Amino acid sequence: MGGFTLLRRQSLLGDALAHAALPGVCVAFLITGSKQPLPLLTGALCAGLLGALYVVLVVRGSRIKEDSAIGIVLSVFYAVGIVLLTRIQKLPAGNQSGLDKYLFGQAAALVQEDLEVMAGVGVVLVAAVFLLWKELKLLTFDRAFGQSLGFPMRGLEVVLTCLLVVVVVVGLQTVGVVLMVATLITPAASARQWTDRLGPMILLSAAIGGLSGAAGALLSASFEKLPTGPTIVLVSSSVLFVSLLFAPRRGILWSMWRERVFGARIRRENLLKDLYLLGERRGSWSTHVPFPILLGMRGDRPGRTRRDVRRLIRSGLLERSGDGLRLEPEGLLAAERLVRKHRLWEVYLTRRLDLPTDHVHRDAEAMEHALSDAAVNEFEGRLGFPATDPHGRPIPPRRD
Amino acid sequence: MSSALIVIIVGSLVGASCALVGSFLVLRKMALLGDAISHAVLLGIVAAFILTKSRAPLPMVLGAGAVGVLTVFLVEVLNRSRRIYEDASIGVVFPALFSIGVILVSRYAGQIDLDIECVLYGEIGLTPYDTLTWGGRDIGPKALWVNGAVLLFDLALILLFYKELKLSSFDRDLAAATGFSPVLLHYMLMIAVSVTIVASFESVGAILVVAMLVVPPATAYLLTNRLSVMLALGVLIGIASSAAGYGIARWYDASIAGCMAAFAGAVFTAALFFSPSHGLLASALARRRIGLRFEEQLLLLHLKEEDEPPGADTSPEVARRFGWRRARWERVVRSLLDSGLARLKGGELRLTPEGRRHLDEAGTALLAHRDA
Repeated sequence: MGGFTLLRRQSLLGDALAHAALPGVCVAFLITGSKQPLPLLTGALCAGLLGALYVVLVVRGSRIKEDSAIGIVLSVFYAVGIVLLTRIQKLPAGNQSGLDKYLFGQAAALVQEDLEVMAGVGVVLVAAVFLLWKELKLLTFDRAFGQSLGFPMRGLEVVLTCLLVVVVVVGLQTVGVVLMVATLITPAASARQWTDRLGPMILLSAAIGGLSGAAGALLSASFEKLPTGPTIVLVSSSVLFVSLLFAPRRGILWSMWRERVFGARIRRENLLKDLYLLGERRGSWSTHVPFPILLGMRGDRPGRTRRDVRRLIRSGLLERSGDGLRLEPEGLLAAERLVRKHRLWEVYLTRRLDLPTDHVHRDAEAMEHALSDAAVNEFEGRLGFPATDPHGRPIPPRRD
Repeated sequence: MSSALIVIIVGSLVGASCALVGSFLVLRKMALLGDAISHAVLLGIVAAFILTKSRAPLPMVLGAGAVGVLTVFLVEVLNRSRRIYEDASIGVVFPALFSIGVILVSRYAGQIDLDIECVLYGEIGLTPYDTLTWGGRDIGPKALWVNGAVLLFDLALILLFYKELKLSSFDRDLAAATGFSPVLLHYMLMIAVSVTIVASFESVGAILVVAMLVVPPATAYLLTNRLSVMLALGVLIGIASSAAGYGIARWYDASIAGCMAAFAGAVFTAALFFSPSHGLLASALARRRIGLRFEEQLLLLHLKEEDEPPGADTSPEVARRFGWRRARWERVVRSLLDSGLARLKGGELRLTPEGRRHLDEAGTALLAHRDA
C-alpha cells in the first residue's frame, strides 16, 4: 500500500490514520468490552475512515491546507483516544493492557489470533491490488483520464483509502502509532529509487518491507534491550539511505559520477576548441602552443588540465613536443566540429530569436557540447548555409 | 497557588507560545514539520540526558533544538535531492530519528528515569509538584518558569521580526527580493518551534504540543484575514482550550492534556462549520445566494427575450427547459416578485422596468468583465 500512498502524495495521511485509529479502538472496547482483535480492528477502521473523511471535508470545504488538516485530525483524534484510554483505565473492569499495544506496538506480544488476522488481511490486500491493478494504476497517475474512460474514480479512492486504513490499523500492533508511517512509506521510497515502473516498484517495496521486518525482528530478538518496532524502522531507513546513494540512474553517487564524466568531456572539448581558436588567430595550426598559454585561456586547475591533456594525447587528438601542444589532424577535425556547432548556434539565436549578438556566446558555449552533428547539419540548411557567425568569424564547413 | 490554577496556567503558557509559532507553520504550509519535530526531539532529549546525566532544562532544550534543526535540515536535503516527494521525506525522517531515540531510551533504561509514555502524553497534572529551587529556596513549579521563558522568547522573536516573518510567510519571493534571507528566517522559526516544543513536552506531551501548534492557529485562520488578529485569536483559543480542557478532565476524570487538545478540536470543528467568513455553512449559503442570483438573471433574460410570458404558478415548459424542479422554480419566481424585478399580470410573469434595468446592468458588468 505504501507504494500507492507515496505516489499519490498522501504519505502523511498514513500518519494521520494511524493516530486516528486510537479512539476507534477505545470506543469498540467500551461498547463490546472485548479485547478480541476483530471488534477492535473494526472500531479502528471506522475511526480511521472518519479521520480520512474529515481531512477531505476540511481541505475541500475551507481555506485550511492539507498539511494543517492532517495535523488537526492526527492530534485531535489521538487526544480523544487518550482521553478515552485514561477513562478506560479508571473503569473498575477496565484493564487497558490489551489496548496500549495499539499505541506503542508490541511485536513480541502478538498472539496467534493476531497473526491469523494479519495473514487474512494480507491475502485480501494482495487479491484486491491484483484484481484492481489497472484501475489503481490509473487512479495513481492520471485520475482525470480514468474518469473520462468511465471508471468510478471516486469509488476507487474510497476503496484504496479503506485498504490503507486496514493496513495501518493492523500494522499499529507491531510498530505503534509513531512509527507506522515509516513502515508504510520508507520501503516504498526506497523501491522508487530503483525503478520507474509501478509493478516492479510495488513488488520491490513489499519485498523491502518484508525483509526489513524480518531483519528488524531478528536483530531485536538477538540483542537485549533492542525494541522491535524502532529496529525495523531503522533497518528500512538504512535500506532507503543505501538506495538513495547507490540506485542506478537515480542514485546520488550515480549522478555524481555522470556529472564527473560529462564535466571531463566538456573540459577536453574546450581544450581542443581553445587550440583551434589560437590557431585560427595565428592563421595556422602547425605550430606548438606552450601549455601555460593553453592553461591561461580558461584558468582551470593545472593538475586537472594536465590530466585532460594526457587523455587527449592518448586518444590521438593532441601531439606534444616538449612543453608545446599541437592538434593532430583527428583533433583538428573534432575541434572544427565544435566551433561549427558554436557559431551556427549563435547565428540561429541572433536570426531566429532576435537576440543581440553580445548575448549569444554563453548559450552557444553550452550548446556546442550538447548538439548532435545531425541536428547541426539540419539547421545549417534551414539557416541558408551562413558563411560567418554574428561576430563575423567563419563557420567551418561540413566535412563528412 | 492552587495546583488547579498552576495546571491551567502551564496549559495556557503552552497554548499561547504554540499558537504564536504555530500560526506561521500553518501559513507556510508546514504544519506537519511541527509534528515531525515534536517526535524527533525525543532523540535530542535523550541524547542530552545521556551526555549530561541530568534533567536540567538547559541541555535538554539545546539538545532538542539541535535535533529539531537537524530534522528540518534532513527533510530539506531530501526534498532538494528531488528523489523523494516532500510529504514523504517528512514521513521518512522523523520516524528514523524517533526510533534512534526509543532505542537509546531502552538501552540506557537503567540509568535514566525517562519513560516514553511520559514523553508522548506528558503528565501536566504533575507539574505543580515538580518545583525548581534557586539559592536553596523553592521558587515554584519548573514548568511555569520554563514555559513562561519560552513564551517570552517566542513573543520577543515575533515582535522583533514581525514584518520579516509576515512578508516571507505570504510572499517568499518578494521577501527574498527585498533582501531578507528566507532561509535564515526559516531556520530561526524552526529553532523557535523546536524550543517551544521541547519546553512544552515534559509537561504536556508530544500530542498536546502538536494539537496546540496546529489547531488554534488553524481555527483563527478560519475566522480572520489579518495576521495580527490571527495570532491574538490563536493565543486566546489556546488559553481557552487549556482552561476548558482542565475543567472537562476533572469532571470526566480523564487525561488533562488529552481533554485540552480534544476541546481545541471541538472549537476548530465549530469554526469549520460556523465561521461567518470562511465556514462551511457560510460558503454554502453564499453559493446558494450566487446560484439564486444566476437563476434570477436566467429567468429575467428569458422573460425579456421570449414573447410568450410564462405563468407563475405552474411549473411550466420554461422550468423544464432550464432543468429546474418545481421547488426551485417557485423559489426563483418568489425572489423575483419580492425584489420587484418581475410582476404578475393576469397570472403571467412579466419583466418590470427595474427588472429590465437590472438585466442591462448585469449585461454591462458581464461585458466589462469579458473585455477586462
